[in-house]
Amino acid sequence: MKKYILDLKVRETVAVGKQFVLLRLTDSEPLPEMLPGQFVEVRVDNTPSVLLRRPISIHYYNKENNELGLLVQLIGDGTRWMATLKAGDTLNVVLPLGNGFTLPTSTDESPLLVGGGVGVAPLLYLGMKLKEMGVTPTFLLGSRTENELMQIDEFKKYGPVYITTENGAVGEKGYVTQHSVLANNKFSQVYTCGPKPMMMAVARWAKSANVPCEVSLENKMACGVGACLCCVEDTKEGNVCVCKEGPVFSIDKLSWQI
Amino acid sequence: MADLRTSIGKLELANPVMTASGTFGYGTEFADFVDLNRLGGIIVKGTTLHHREGNPYPRMAETPSGMLNAVGLQNKGVDYFCEHIYPTIKDYKTNMIVNVSGSAIEDYVATAERINALEAIPAIELNISCPNVKQGGMAFGVTAKGAEEVVRAVRAAYDKTLIVKLSPNVTDITEIARAAEAAGADSVSLINTLLGMAIDAERRRPVLSTVTGGMSGPAVKPIALRMVWQVAKAVKIPVVGLGGITNGTDAIEFMLAGASAIEVGTANFIDPAVTGKIIDEINAYLDRHGISSVRDIIGALEI
Repeated sequence: MKKYILDLKVRETVAVGKQFVLLRLTDSEPLPEMLPGQFVEVRVDNTPSVLLRRPISIHYYNKENNELGLLVQLIGDGTRWMATLKAGDTLNVVLPLGNGFTLPTSTDESPLLVGGGVGVAPLLYLGMKLKEMGVTPTFLLGSRTENELMQIDEFKKYGPVYITTENGAVGEKGYVTQHSVLANNKFSQVYTCGPKPMMMAVARWAKSANVPCEVSLENKMACGVGACLCCVEDTKEGNVCVCKEGPVFSIDKLSWQI
Repeated sequence: MADLRTSIGKLELANPVMTASGTFGYGTEFADFVDLNRLGGIIVKGTTLHHREGNPYPRMAETPSGMLNAVGLQNKGVDYFCEHIYPTIKDYKTNMIVNVSGSAIEDYVATAERINALEAIPAIELNISCPNVKQGGMAFGVTAKGAEEVVRAVRAAYDKTLIVKLSPNVTDITEIARAAEAAGADSVSLINTLLGMAIDAERRRPVLSTVTGGMSGPAVKPIALRMVWQVAKAVKIPVVGLGGITNGTDAIEFMLAGASAIEVGTANFIDPAVTGKIIDEINAYLDRHGISSVRDIIGALEI
């Protein structure tokens, strides 16, 4: 897919809980096509401690209102700068980058989408696409406490949502892999994004249940286009760039000990 | 429109702007952002005789106005390059230059010989200065004797333009530059990355898997500029300047210090279209100062 460098216009910056913002972005021209699982690299201005772009997954892309949504966790100087953007401000992005999730080939399929923390972000756009195709996704979203749960009402528009929190404040208490929905249902494939230990646990479950599983990785990267070879993941074919060969990988390709 | 043509020995460049090895892939990764045919040259990813997996992840740490990398020359080897990559890049109308790395003199020579046979590769950049490879090129690049030996051996096997890339991690870089010149190099390029380190205090661990890595980006520019200025005075062969160049003014500064051409590295990560802008900005500077040829500013620093 052709990649673009665009100066996008901020429509709105919406605080989502205390640790996240949703950036609603648009452009005067139609935005290029983007696939669920792909990401963008955001340029951070006016912050001397930040040199490199920040890779952010595509939370949603809405063709009708020409809008790109980025869900950003406020972690460091770069992401906190993004939270200061106001309607009408400009944000320079390179997009679309990487490869998306493999979409089902038939409408009979019953995919499970498992997200943890800010890793839920790309699963919304995946859920939207699946519903558009006539496939109903099941969402299983986990977080430490109720404070990191976000966009739940958005997810509910596209399929049933199951929740775990480690403190038990919302949904079932524990980790996503302990949720009863896994035992009580049969799924045709699993897509997951979140902290690596969570994705490894999900991958282990999927492997034991003999369900195909794709994970979306977020290794630290610089260029975003497969040139600098910084963001490599060890796979059965050796070191490959997460930015170019991923960020979505089938667990069969990774050399994870699961 | 000023005349932007320059040269590195017998190698002619449409303009002084090249891309630094390891920051621009094989060029094709950036084809959506920059007209590759406009560039003075593209120095492709470091190539070794045999396949190298490189270092384990993590390989990168961001630092104030800079970054550290510890990629460790990951590449599929010179045979793969000749068979699979060369056919995809040979028809671009820019100078496609291969960065050649190794850990033994015979390896450098064998790799250079293979590249010598490729018609559309008019030059190599000999990397005797990678900080991320154990018993690697660095051993050659840090002593005048080591540099002279490896350059002499490659010179005997390679008859096109030979650029030698120098390490800044030495006591006196002019001594190494003179050794490369004496051994038959057509040009020297500098600087490669500066050896640095990053620590994650919370975890009490190094950020990079290799503990130390090579630092690049705007933070290293003053050091690079100083070394280019010193080397340009010390040798007669043309100098290629690099280290933290992010815009046309930076490029002009390196040329005033004595560089005949420049390379853009880390800046490609921040703005993938930056090289095209730097060409335009060099031209604008020359027009604004009424200078008709970019060659007139090489070493034109007034002290």
